[in-house]
Amino acid sequence: MKPQDIIKPENKVIARPRLLLDAHTHYCPGCSHGVVHKLIAEVIDELGIEDNTIGVAPVGCAVFAYNYIDIDWVEAAHGRAPAVATAISRLNPGNVVFTYQGDGDLAAIGTAETIHAANRGENIVIVFINNAIYGMTGGQMAPTTLIGQKTATTPYGRRVDLNGYPIKISDILAGLDGTCYVTRQAVHTPAAVRKTKAALKKAFQNAMAKKGTSVVEVVSTCNSGWKLSPADSNKWMVEHMTEKYPLGDLKNV
Amino acid sequence: MKGNEAIAHAAIRYGVDGYFGYPITPQSEVLETLEAEMPWETTGMVVLQAESEVAAINMVYGGASTGKAVMTSSSSPGVSLKQEGISYIAASELPALIVNVMRGGPGLGTIQPSQADYFQATKGGGHGDYHLIVLSPATVQEMADFVGLGLDLAFKYRTPAMILADGVVGQMMEKVVLPPFRPRRTDEEIALQCPWALTGKHGRDHHNVITSLEMDSVKMEHNNIRFQQTYKTIEENEVRYEEKFTEDADYLIVAFGSVARICLKAIEEAREKGIKIGLLRPITLWPFPFKEIARLSHRVKGILTVELNAGQMIEDVRLADEGHVPVYHFGRMGGMIPNPSEVIDALQSHFPEITIK
Repeated sequence: MKPQDIIKPENKVIARPRLLLDAHTHYCPGCSHGVVHKLIAEVIDELGIEDNTIGVAPVGCAVFAYNYIDIDWVEAAHGRAPAVATAISRLNPGNVVFTYQGDGDLAAIGTAETIHAANRGENIVIVFINNAIYGMTGGQMAPTTLIGQKTATTPYGRRVDLNGYPIKISDILAGLDGTCYVTRQAVHTPAAVRKTKAALKKAFQNAMAKKGTSVVEVVSTCNSGWKLSPADSNKWMVEHMTEKYPLGDLKNV
Repeated sequence: MKGNEAIAHAAIRYGVDGYFGYPITPQSEVLETLEAEMPWETTGMVVLQAESEVAAINMVYGGASTGKAVMTSSSSPGVSLKQEGISYIAASELPALIVNVMRGGPGLGTIQPSQADYFQATKGGGHGDYHLIVLSPATVQEMADFVGLGLDLAFKYRTPAMILADGVVGQMMEKVVLPPFRPRRTDEEIALQCPWALTGKHGRDHHNVITSLEMDSVKMEHNNIRFQQTYKTIEENEVRYEEKFTEDADYLIVAFGSVARICLKAIEEAREKGIKIGLLRPITLWPFPFKEIARLSHRVKGILTVELNAGQMIEDVRLADEGHVPVYHFGRMGGMIPNPSEVIDALQSHFPEITIK
């Protein structure tokens, strides 16, 4: 491949995405959230659904997601985003509705809302940031924290006898009849970012086509919570996270 | 029809956009009636049985954030589960209607009637400084009427309203005149009437955000001051109550919901025997009719509150009375309901000067 093959308009990153607001980010340097926000802003713009998309923000690091993407937003209580999205979608079938949730929000306190919204096949997109830790509250154990992983509440590493096993919630969601698309992606390399963008686009298209619930899990890094540099976090993620949470489509119908 | 059924029929006729509920005795007829009526085929109303009361109230939160007229109903243990969501709805300044058909507690308690959620409904319930507009129906007719009234007030003040009914009013059957059908608001009407609503931007030059979060303490205090100003306006304008036989009363009974009707019967029987008792029935439990009770407390010798609880509303009655005359409580709990003669006996026990001719 020659440089000319790569230098094409679609490969250029020449501006902030149109729907990404010019706000001062509250995310830590190296955090995956910013990349995923950017991708969602691009996908909404490219699909031309800026005027009828409604986002549901979680409690967690992404609690301020509404400050960054220029669409209508509601901030849900911790874990309740899929219930909030259910009503918005059912009452406003002309709108495209998505939730943006972390692992604690989606797979601990909001497990019931997540499973039942997906099981009803609500025509929504669930964007699931899995960084195996509670970032906002200071790095405590998440439901997805790996065995042996040190956190503020598992200072000697997660133990099965004390804390049980990390939950593979997307595998559970893929087993439900209401989901049409469940995929697990990452944003640690440019190639992975492109795959995640394609997955998000497919998920939003599914919601527009009323095909059921789409789940895009993004295996992410939390270098602040993991106490690693951004580069080392990416490395740790590839070495440890993807073993438990292998990347790729879990369901695509 | 039953009070619970009246709620369901009134909701359809009012033009409610969405109902989200979870079965619990003694209010399950609300959801059952709505599912049987299939309003999504007629008015387009969404009816959904949620996976929990927690999910149901958060569906109400989501629906309300889009400017739709939405409601839920439950009974005491289920309403406890909804408190988190109710606090969020109040803090986000969203209109919504919550129905609590009270049963006896605490805990799983009993499925029989109670009024033991007065504190929870009128003093906050969830976390933070907020109030609900609390309507107390005493008849099946009021069950039907308060659906529209509750939602009208909720939209007028952008704050959630609650119908706080006891299990008697939910379960008893009476004749009722249902409100006339009116169409659900169109999306255009909602966008016009509720410029804050999430509709998708649709050409708006700014995005709408519904949130209860504010990290800047100065701004958060301003938000709270705004909430309190709203509550003050509601207190000034929306107090509702009913008075019976108070003109010449020597003693006053204060009671709400079905108990007020039992007390009225007791008062009528007592008057036949020459005992002049009056009744004040608060219709809005919040805002509470403090001024009206204060006015009456200057004319009577004593006050008795009668409640299906251990003495909750009595605290507000004593605040209104300000120590002017003695205020006593008579209550039954655990699903027990007093009969009229028990009410008179209780009054006589506290005011021995009362003698039956």
